[in-house]
Amino acid sequence: MTTSAVFVISVIIALIAFTNVRQRALISVEGDPSHLHSLPRHYGYYAATCVFLPALFVFLAWLIFGKNVVEGLIISGLPEDFFNQHQQQAQLLMNRIRLVVENGPATETSSEIIEAANQFHTLYTKGIWATFILSVAVGCAGWYYALTRTKPSFRARNIFEQYLSIALIISSVIAIMATLGIVLSLLFESVRFFQEVPITDFLLGTKWSPQTAIRADQVASSGAFGALPLFAGTILITVLAMLVAGPIGLFSAIYLTQYASVRTRKIAKPTLEILAGIPTVVYGFFAALTISPLFREIGEVFGFDIASESALVAGFVMGIMIIPFVSSLSDDAITAVPNSLKEGSMALGATPSETITKVILPAALPGITGAFLLAVSRAIGETMIVVMAAGMQPNLTANPFEAVTTVTVQIVATLTGDQEFDSTKTLSAFALGLTLFVMTMLLNVVALRIVRKYREVYE
Amino acid sequence: MSDDLNIKPTDWQSPEMVRHTQMRNRRERRFKLFGLSAVVLAASFLFLLLGKITLDAAPGFLQTSIEVDITFDKAIIGDPRQMDRDAFIENVRRTNMFRLVQASMDTYFPEVTDRRDRRRLLRLFSAGARDQLRNMLLADPMVAGTSKRVSLLASDDIDQVIKGHIDISLPELQRKVKNKELSWLQKLEEDNRVSLHFHSLFFTSGDSRDPELAGIWGAAVGSALTLFVTLIIAFPIGVLSAIYLEEFAPKNRFTDFIEININNLAAVPSIVFGLLGLAVFLGTMGLPRSAPLVGGMTLALMTLPTIIIASRASIKAVPPSIRDAAMGLGASPMQVVFHHVLPLAFPGILTGTIIGMAQALGETAPLLMIGMVAFIVDIPASLTDAATALPVQIYLWADSPERAFVEKTSAAILVLLTFLIVMNALAIWLRQKFERDW
Repeated sequence: MTTSAVFVISVIIALIAFTNVRQRALISVEGDPSHLHSLPRHYGYYAATCVFLPALFVFLAWLIFGKNVVEGLIISGLPEDFFNQHQQQAQLLMNRIRLVVENGPATETSSEIIEAANQFHTLYTKGIWATFILSVAVGCAGWYYALTRTKPSFRARNIFEQYLSIALIISSVIAIMATLGIVLSLLFESVRFFQEVPITDFLLGTKWSPQTAIRADQVASSGAFGALPLFAGTILITVLAMLVAGPIGLFSAIYLTQYASVRTRKIAKPTLEILAGIPTVVYGFFAALTISPLFREIGEVFGFDIASESALVAGFVMGIMIIPFVSSLSDDAITAVPNSLKEGSMALGATPSETITKVILPAALPGITGAFLLAVSRAIGETMIVVMAAGMQPNLTANPFEAVTTVTVQIVATLTGDQEFDSTKTLSAFALGLTLFVMTMLLNVVALRIVRKYREVYE
Repeated sequence: MSDDLNIKPTDWQSPEMVRHTQMRNRRERRFKLFGLSAVVLAASFLFLLLGKITLDAAPGFLQTSIEVDITFDKAIIGDPRQMDRDAFIENVRRTNMFRLVQASMDTYFPEVTDRRDRRRLLRLFSAGARDQLRNMLLADPMVAGTSKRVSLLASDDIDQVIKGHIDISLPELQRKVKNKELSWLQKLEEDNRVSLHFHSLFFTSGDSRDPELAGIWGAAVGSALTLFVTLIIAFPIGVLSAIYLEEFAPKNRFTDFIEININNLAAVPSIVFGLLGLAVFLGTMGLPRSAPLVGGMTLALMTLPTIIIASRASIKAVPPSIRDAAMGLGASPMQVVFHHVLPLAFPGILTGTIIGMAQALGETAPLLMIGMVAFIVDIPASLTDAATALPVQIYLWADSPERAFVEKTSAAILVLLTFLIVMNALAIWLRQKFERDW
């Protein structure tokens, strides 16, 4: 008996209840639906909801709390002296028990643990059976309830629609829950991090080396978690990316809106947008394998020493990636400028380029600024390109030929591979994530506000 | 008084004005050229990227094989006629099949007698050659005792030599394949025993440390399971909340707040969703690491805003007259939405969903956070099995030191891009097919 079987069975009972109650409703009026308040299928829908919802609650309750309850029972059931001996590592103890449950007792030495694992297994199986029986019971109760209410005068549709509207509201609340979840989880872990590393050290410290601080004898606040080099690296790469994407994106938008024929525009615009659809891991591979050696060779010709993982390569390739963001958002801003402005300028004898630089661009400036800010936010949060092309070495430099590391690279570096969930090193990733979230959020809010405000002018 | 002012502004024929106009026209042409070159530049980046990856990928679909005359010696593998079937299978499983290859090589290269050299001869073949021979025997035990010409997978280094990726003009010490091996290979080639052919294993096997055995099927199944979870979570929730916000929600602070939230959520960096998945799904809920279930849940939260925004736009595009007509015939608000508005808005909703799924398919960073970056050989069979996904597989292979993984990575990228292009083309086709002016 697995957890998902419980779910499948409640769905099946709900389906049976649907047909049964629908049939019952028809029988109650001797097969003439015009005597029913609602359509026969509404009675069925109502019954299915009555069965499925309570069963779903039981199922979810087991999914969310089941494991914790069982674990709590197991921990409290361990022999007292054994538990006291390991009290500090209740989590570790549980992990060992889990390992035995999953892989068998072959590698475990402590007999208490094996005993507990066996108990865990029985309890867990019992739990699933209890969930199963309980959900079938509440399902059948719901079914019976729906049957007793199935009378010709019963307003099945209205009640079912009420349930439906609750489902609609719950769905939209989930979107907020996601944001709330992000903020809370980042905040919660970050607070634990800042209890060990002062926030000023984190924001202003110039030395980032989380590896050394994982040892117990190391004082975490010794400056190993100074994130300044990461911020510097992120900003350097973002600036480089914008230097590539800004002009190319803006000029493409100008050309495609002002000069290109309808046919050229129809082909060129989607072509550029393919760039935005390519997975970033592909850009990362392209950067590391093609652009990096190419830049190194070009650098050698001109006597520059370009590191194989350099800010320049990462920034350049990221710039290519965000060209379509800049161009299509600027495109929108430029097309939103009323034609009368353009025609007025042309009528006074200005050339198209003069019209563009002196009339259209100033009018579209807020929209273009918004586009650039969104692109910047995109560049700051981008992960795979920098992970594969920028390097791991924290480096406080403005030299684009050197390797730098960024906030996102360090999040990946600290969280991939084996790690304890509670170490300062792991927690630091959440602090970085919080910073990243706040930075991009601010940029987005400002950008969206600018774009919206600007739209109002011409409406 | 300067000369300029003596000319009337309308005197277009004057040399100064002609010069001035020429300058303005030149500036105009230059500006236009800038615009054109920006477009051309961006497009050429795209073609450079796609072209380079396609070129690199092409050999990744091919694989070198070496034909060898194998004598299935009963003394080595056992005799199926005299043994119990299970005992024979057990024996075949336990026997090192390279002993058969060794015997064959001893007769083919009688001049190689040195023990080290004889072992090096075996290294021409992939470790997978063992499984090839074993599977042959298990499929048909009656080949025992016979001789047969068998095409065996070559090792990745030999494969690279055949494909011309290893520069054999370099001094011997600087390359992985030594002169002796090259001379053996030459003899095999002269006898027409070396061939390049389509490598179906690449599409059917899971990951491997050996490039010639590594395939994308495991990652493809992982991606499919992950996307399945993403779809069944994000699609209903996305469409239902779009319906609520567009059709039923009162205009107040609360719904404004939801709206701003959804717009912001669409622009949150993907790695932050990975952190959320790590903290909430793995940390708090204790769901299994590396599982498509968790990957799908994480990606669903990421895709949700895309689906909501697209669905709202296409619900909004359904004209009010349709709602009024349905309402006038006595439909309840729910029936108006579910019987009339939703079917009409559905093509647009579907388009948005496909685009959202395509984004989710290409996403790597959140999956790294929840541990889908592990080395996994098995093909995942359920939502809670450890799995990897296509983009993550690409990331893993891109990190591998073997030269042969470059073409495998490119080939995997090509497969991923094909899926993405098909999905996007489908979305465009749907949009064009159902686009209508009301």
